[in-house]
Amino acid sequence: MNPLKIVGVALIATLASTAAMADLVFPSLSYRTGAYGANGIPFADGYADYFTLVNERDGGIGGVAAKVIECETGYNTQKGVECYESTKGESPLIYQPLSTGITYQLIPKVTADGIPMHTMGYGRTSAKNGQVFSNVFNYPANYWDGASHAINHILGENGGDIKDKNVALVYHNSAYGKEPIRTLTELSAKHGFKLTEVPVDHPGQEQKSQWLQIRRTRPDYVLMWGWGVMNQVAIQEAVNIGYPMENFIGIWWSGSENDVIPAGPKANGYKALTFHAVGSDFPVFDDIKKHVVDAGKAAGAGDQVGTVLYNRGMYAAMLAVEAAKTAQEIHGTKDINAGQMRDGMEALVMDAAKMESLGMAGFGPEFTVDCKNHGGPGLGAMQQWDAGAGEWKLISDFEASDMDIIQPLIDEDSNAFAEESKIEVRECA
Amino acid sequence: MSPEILYTAEVILNGLMAGVMYALVALGFVLIFKASGIFNYAQGVMALFAAMTLVGIQNGQVPFSHLINAVFGTQLHHFGWHLPAIVAILLTVVVMIIFAILVERLVLKHLVNQEPIILFMATIGLAYFMEGFGDLMWGSEIKVLDVGLPKGASLALEEYTVGWATEGSQYYGMYVDKLDMVAALVAIALVITLSLFSQYTKTGRALRAVADDHQAALSVGISLRKIWVITWCIAGVVAMVAGVMWGSKSGVQFSLSLIALKALPVLILGGFTSIPGAIIGGLIIGVGEKLFEYSIGPMIGGATENWFAYVLALFFLVFRPQGLFGDKIIERV
Repeated sequence: MNPLKIVGVALIATLASTAAMADLVFPSLSYRTGAYGANGIPFADGYADYFTLVNERDGGIGGVAAKVIECETGYNTQKGVECYESTKGESPLIYQPLSTGITYQLIPKVTADGIPMHTMGYGRTSAKNGQVFSNVFNYPANYWDGASHAINHILGENGGDIKDKNVALVYHNSAYGKEPIRTLTELSAKHGFKLTEVPVDHPGQEQKSQWLQIRRTRPDYVLMWGWGVMNQVAIQEAVNIGYPMENFIGIWWSGSENDVIPAGPKANGYKALTFHAVGSDFPVFDDIKKHVVDAGKAAGAGDQVGTVLYNRGMYAAMLAVEAAKTAQEIHGTKDINAGQMRDGMEALVMDAAKMESLGMAGFGPEFTVDCKNHGGPGLGAMQQWDAGAGEWKLISDFEASDMDIIQPLIDEDSNAFAEESKIEVRECA
Repeated sequence: MSPEILYTAEVILNGLMAGVMYALVALGFVLIFKASGIFNYAQGVMALFAAMTLVGIQNGQVPFSHLINAVFGTQLHHFGWHLPAIVAILLTVVVMIIFAILVERLVLKHLVNQEPIILFMATIGLAYFMEGFGDLMWGSEIKVLDVGLPKGASLALEEYTVGWATEGSQYYGMYVDKLDMVAALVAIALVITLSLFSQYTKTGRALRAVADDHQAALSVGISLRKIWVITWCIAGVVAMVAGVMWGSKSGVQFSLSLIALKALPVLILGGFTSIPGAIIGGLIIGVGEKLFEYSIGPMIGGATENWFAYVLALFFLVFRPQGLFGDKIIERV
């Protein structure tokens, strides 16, 4: 053969193999601007930095580089959908929109397009039912688990009897904030506590009426489903009225450093739920420092490493990477597509050995995902703010939610969705 | 006394205090609208920018540090000082004056004699620019603002009033946030200062002349450009005061710019051209929304304050389109 032809064939073969081993694309629907940007930034940084770590330390996922495409949503549902439409042509493996509003809009789209979506600790709770929501996953915990964890914590503090207790729910007056009401109503009927709903309109900059009401009615516990400035103002107002902070419990989106620091030392004792550990005392953070931050490859300034929302973004990325590895193993190929990624997510096993090998022993709960259950066991823990030390401390183990209450609600809501959307319920082995 | 009456009084008192906070934001709008006929969409962002600048200067933060570090590979973050609040406030005032001069030179000067809608759109552009510029300059993380203002319940008032309720009833004393009290005092001082300034100084009279009639003011030698700079300076200072008061509650963050939404019903109600209107409008909105939330809110699911403020303003608009204290617009065709 002509040497020129040989070179040509070799070149084409190389290009073809490069094309076949294209980067694994992970879109990041982030928000670094707008009213919720202060929370969106550390999450997006954590998400991006973990993929950078995997590329730099491990040479990618199974040897294939991970590529993060960031698209700014501004926590705006319409922009979130635009981001989805503009990135879905890049062969994305998974979407994580970090917004319940965007999630609701994307559920039919990702299902039709065959792309999996992971809504970790947010989104549509009944997406836990994998027989209905084939492409949506919400492991390791969802809002209804969160509501149950909070009540379990209160039960634990009161010897299991909360019949005469008053519990107020201060919530963001949106689809997100209203998510736990149904579960709390059921839990209220089961345990006999009185539930009072206290809505706060977006953005929550002014909450005087709500906290005057709490001051008047003196509930034994206040639960909060807030986001953004609503959290900071609520904690400040609770401090102002002298509400006992140890009886004030936020969902995991109301439990970052951003939320408590503005209120100063008096925010000490405030509690929040979580589904992962706090702080940076894990080997994975040493790797991030060495391979990402010190190498000048961090997505942000590197000063958010170890904060709650950074850790959550990193944890979300880690779960995506592990699902991609699982998909590669199942399908025997490194160059996986969205459908294969979905299979990987549905077969994900996060056990202690795997967490330890990742330098994250005990960072998150152990769980498995399967065809029926896209939400895992719903384990969650409680963290508490130590204002003196300026850090969150985990004060419980990862514990189970009350599935006797939650499972029927999930079945009811998901089956109603299946009926209204004309979705055929999948058979699972 | 019945606790219900005392609770209602508490709601009214807190409504008045909230109204003062709204009025602080509305004042900035009124000042600029009076002097130049511009509805300054950027007023909320000015409050945010001023508060960010104040915190940045006070804590010795290096402006544009993220940008500098990214470009030059440095690790600059802080100058290493922590300035007293008063010094930081004065330096912030200087920054807001420079900002006013730049706005006049770079934006307003080129739009003289344009339709009000063009000027309004220019302020929309200004708002978006400042949002990004502020983030670039000081970073977008939530900042703690501490200029020494007291916060929390006034325990003295609580103790004084706790015995007012009928014996045996559950009453914990009247609640008022000390920060709100300070805000009320600052607002009163601000209005008195502005009134004295506009009544008894040459510049103040020139401001009023421009507000009354641009053409007539120009014809007697008043410099419109100079007046605009002064107006934007004053509005910048008012924005800083509003930013400090609101930022002390929630930390300094992007949402501060949204406090402008709270000023709109106040302006509709009080009129766009009246300083007393901004104050009275703020108080009416504050008391109205709090009382409605307290008495009717629980029956209709709560969270009524945002929309009720606008409904109340619209109600007034039906009877007085120019607002309670606004100038009546008479146009000949």
